[in-house]
Amino acid sequence: MTTGNSTSPHESSSSQPSNQQETITAGSAEPIRMTGSQAIVRSLELLGVTDIFGLPGGAILPTYDPLFDSEKLNHILVRHEQGAGHAAQGYAIATGNVGVCIATSGPGATNLLTPLADANMDSVPMVAITGQVASSVIGTDAFQEADIVGMTMPITKHSFMVRDAQEIPRCIATAFHIARTGRPGPVLVDITKDAQQGMMDFTWPPKTEVRGYKPVTQGHIKQIREAARLIAEAQRPVFYVGGGLTKANASEELMSLAETIKAPVVTTLTARGAFPDSHEQNLGMPGMHGTVPAVTALQKSDLLITLGARFDDRVTGVLDSFAPGAKVIHIDIDPAEISKNRYADVPIVGDLKNVLPDLAEILAKDYSNSLPDLSGWWTYLNKIRTDYPLGYVKTEDGLGSPQYVLERISALTGPDAIYVSGVGQHQMWSAHFIKHEKPRHFINSAGLGTMGYSVPAAMGAQVGEPEKVVWAIDGDGCFQMTNQELATCVQNNIPIKVAIINNSSLGMVRQWQNLFYDGRYSNTHLKTGHGTERIPDFVKLAEAYGCAALRCESDDDVDDTIRQALEINDRPVVVDFTVSPDAMVWPMVPAGVSNDLIQIAKNTSPDFGDAA
Amino acid sequence: MNRHTLSVLVEDKPGVLARVSGLFARRMFNIDSLAVGPTEISGISRITIVLDAEKQVLEQVTKQLNKLIHVLKIVELPAETSVQRDHIMIKVRADAQARLQVTQAADLFRASIVDVSPESVVIEATGSAEKLGALLDVLAPFGIREIVRAGTLGLSRGPRSMSEKATRH
Repeated sequence: MTTGNSTSPHESSSSQPSNQQETITAGSAEPIRMTGSQAIVRSLELLGVTDIFGLPGGAILPTYDPLFDSEKLNHILVRHEQGAGHAAQGYAIATGNVGVCIATSGPGATNLLTPLADANMDSVPMVAITGQVASSVIGTDAFQEADIVGMTMPITKHSFMVRDAQEIPRCIATAFHIARTGRPGPVLVDITKDAQQGMMDFTWPPKTEVRGYKPVTQGHIKQIREAARLIAEAQRPVFYVGGGLTKANASEELMSLAETIKAPVVTTLTARGAFPDSHEQNLGMPGMHGTVPAVTALQKSDLLITLGARFDDRVTGVLDSFAPGAKVIHIDIDPAEISKNRYADVPIVGDLKNVLPDLAEILAKDYSNSLPDLSGWWTYLNKIRTDYPLGYVKTEDGLGSPQYVLERISALTGPDAIYVSGVGQHQMWSAHFIKHEKPRHFINSAGLGTMGYSVPAAMGAQVGEPEKVVWAIDGDGCFQMTNQELATCVQNNIPIKVAIINNSSLGMVRQWQNLFYDGRYSNTHLKTGHGTERIPDFVKLAEAYGCAALRCESDDDVDDTIRQALEINDRPVVVDFTVSPDAMVWPMVPAGVSNDLIQIAKNTSPDFGDAA
Repeated sequence: MNRHTLSVLVEDKPGVLARVSGLFARRMFNIDSLAVGPTEISGISRITIVLDAEKQVLEQVTKQLNKLIHVLKIVELPAETSVQRDHIMIKVRADAQARLQVTQAADLFRASIVDVSPESVVIEATGSAEKLGALLDVLAPFGIREIVRAGTLGLSRGPRSMSEKATRH
C-alpha cells in the first residue's frame, strides 16, 4: 500500500461493492440518436440496474414509455412513492447495490423526501430519478412543480437538475458513482420533461470524474501505527462497531482483528450482524436500549476502537459522560464524522476494508508478542454478562410477550433470513432478541427513525434477495403507515412475511408516557389489539390484499403460527401477533442522563462493581 | 475573538451558493459575512466567508463544506498572512455648510466621494472592518442616510495561488 495521507486521495477502493453495477459495460463507440427518455433507460441498463421501484405521473411519463419495452429493467409499480424509496433502501442494504426509485414531479417527488432523508442518515446508496416540469415553465408555479433539488439539498449526498437530454448519461452515471463510493448516500437526479422528450446522441461510458469529490480510502500509515501503539497499551479496549463496517463489507477483516486483539465488540443498531452474536466477544448493542454488558464495556473502557460509527446521541447518552476514561481511535471514510461529537485521539480517514488489514499487519509485525492480557477485563465483563443478561418477564395481564415472539421467529427461521423492522419497541426487541449472525441481514431505519419503513423495505430486500426468507417485523402503528405496499407484493409475487407485533398502541411513546408522564397515555391507543374493536382487523385487511393472514394471541400458539407462516411461500403472509401493551423495552437509559444510569427495569439499576 | 476567514473555491454551478449557505443555516454555524464572485479561471467561483467560531466548530465547518461535491478547496486566511478588505458605500447628509467637513473626513480615510447632491454625498471606502467602523463613527454626527456593505474579501500575501493546485488535473 502507499503511505497516503488525508490530502492525497486515492480513488480506487477494493471494498466498494463489487456489484454488477460496478462493471460498466462497454457501449457503442458510435453515438446513437435517441430521446432523453431512452437515454435514461439505456443508462440504467448499462449501469447494470435490474430492479427499480416507482410510480408514473405526468412529468415522468415520457420515460415510462421506453421503460415498458426494457427487457433488463424490472420495474415494480408501488402504491405510494415513499414505498418506492424505502424499497430501494431495503434493496440496497440487502444486496450492497445501489437502490433505484423513480417518481414524477411535485407530489411524486415530495413523497420521496422521507426515504431520501432516511437514506442520508443511514448512508444507504440510492439513486432517485424524478420527472420535473418542462424547463420553459420552471419557476412559474406550474402544475405539479416542486423545487425538489432545493428541498433535498439538506438530505441528499448530491443532486442533479438535468435540462438537456445530452447530459442524461453523464448525470445518471455520476449519480451512481457518488451514491456508492466514499460514504454512501442518496443522490437525486431531477430531469425536466423536455429533456426526456428531446433528442440526444448516446455514447457510453460517459465521463464520471467529479473534480470536487475524491474520497480518501487508504488510511494514513502514521496514524495506523499510532492506533496499533494505543491498542498495545490498552487494558480495557472495546471495538465500537457501526454501520460503516457493513457498508465497507469488512466483517471478515473485523473478525480477524477482533480475534487477534481479543477485545470485546459492541455492534450498534445499524451494525447488528456485522459481527456474529454467537461469538463470545460480542456483548450486543450499546446505547439507550443497549445491553448492560455493552453499555458498561464502553463506560469503563480505556480505548474505543471506533469503526464506521458516529457517536450518535442514542449511543452516547449525555456526551460529556460517555466513556469518560477512554481514548478514541476513530476510523471512518467520512472525515466530517471524526471529532464531530467526540474528540478522536487517533483519527484515521479511510475505507475499513483497507485500514483494518493495514492495522492487523502492523500489530502482527510490531506487537505480536506484546499485546496486553485482557483476562482481568474479561473477568469483570463476564460477571456483568452473567449478572445482567438480556431477558424479560411476562406482563401481569397474561397477554402474549413480544420478546418471545421475536425469539421464536429467530429460532425457527434462522440467521440466513433477512429481518426488516420498523421503528419503536418492536425494533429494539428485534435488535436484541433476533440472533444476528450475518451482515446485511438486519435492516431498519436507525438515524431518522422512520415509522412505516418495514413493509416497503422488506419488499425491496425480497426483490434483491428472492431466495431468502424476508421477515418484516412491524408494529401496529408502523404497519398502518405503509401497508398499502402489500398490494405491490401480491401483484408482483414478492412473498414477504410480516409479523405485526400488535400491542394496540404506539408502544414506544406509550412506554415513555408510562415512565415519564405518570402513565397518562395521551393519544397512543390505536385499538388494534386485545379487547378492542380492532380498527382495522389486520387479518381481514391482509386477506383483502390477497395475502395469507394468521393471528396468534398467546405464547402457546407462537411456534405453530410461525411454522405455518414459513410454509407459505407463494404469496405474502401477514401474522397478527397480538401481545401485551404493557411490555417494555429494557434495559433503558433515560433521556438526558449519563449511560452510567442505565436501568434494567423500572427504577432498577445494575451494580457495576469495579472495573479491572 | 474567534473570527476566522475561509476562502472557498467552488464550481460555478446552479445552486452552489444555496448549498453552501444552506449548510451553514442547518448546522447552526454563524456567518458574519459572505462574498462570492468569479475567479481568474472560468467556471470557478471563490467564496470568502467570515465566521465566528471555536476551533472545533471551524474544523466541522471546513469538513462539512468539503463534503459538498461542488466545493474544490478551502483555505483559512489568517489575519497576519493575508490581506482582507471590506467595501462600503455611505450616503451622508451634507448641505453646503457641512460638505467640506464631510469630504475632509473622507480624505482622512482615503475614501472617495462618488456622488454629490445639494443635500448629501455618497462616500465609497475600502479597508479593514475596523477602519470602516471608525469612518462610520466619524460620519455619524453628520447624519447617515443609508449604507451598503459587501462581505469581506481576502487574499493570502505572497505569490501563491489557492486555485493553482485545486484546478490542476
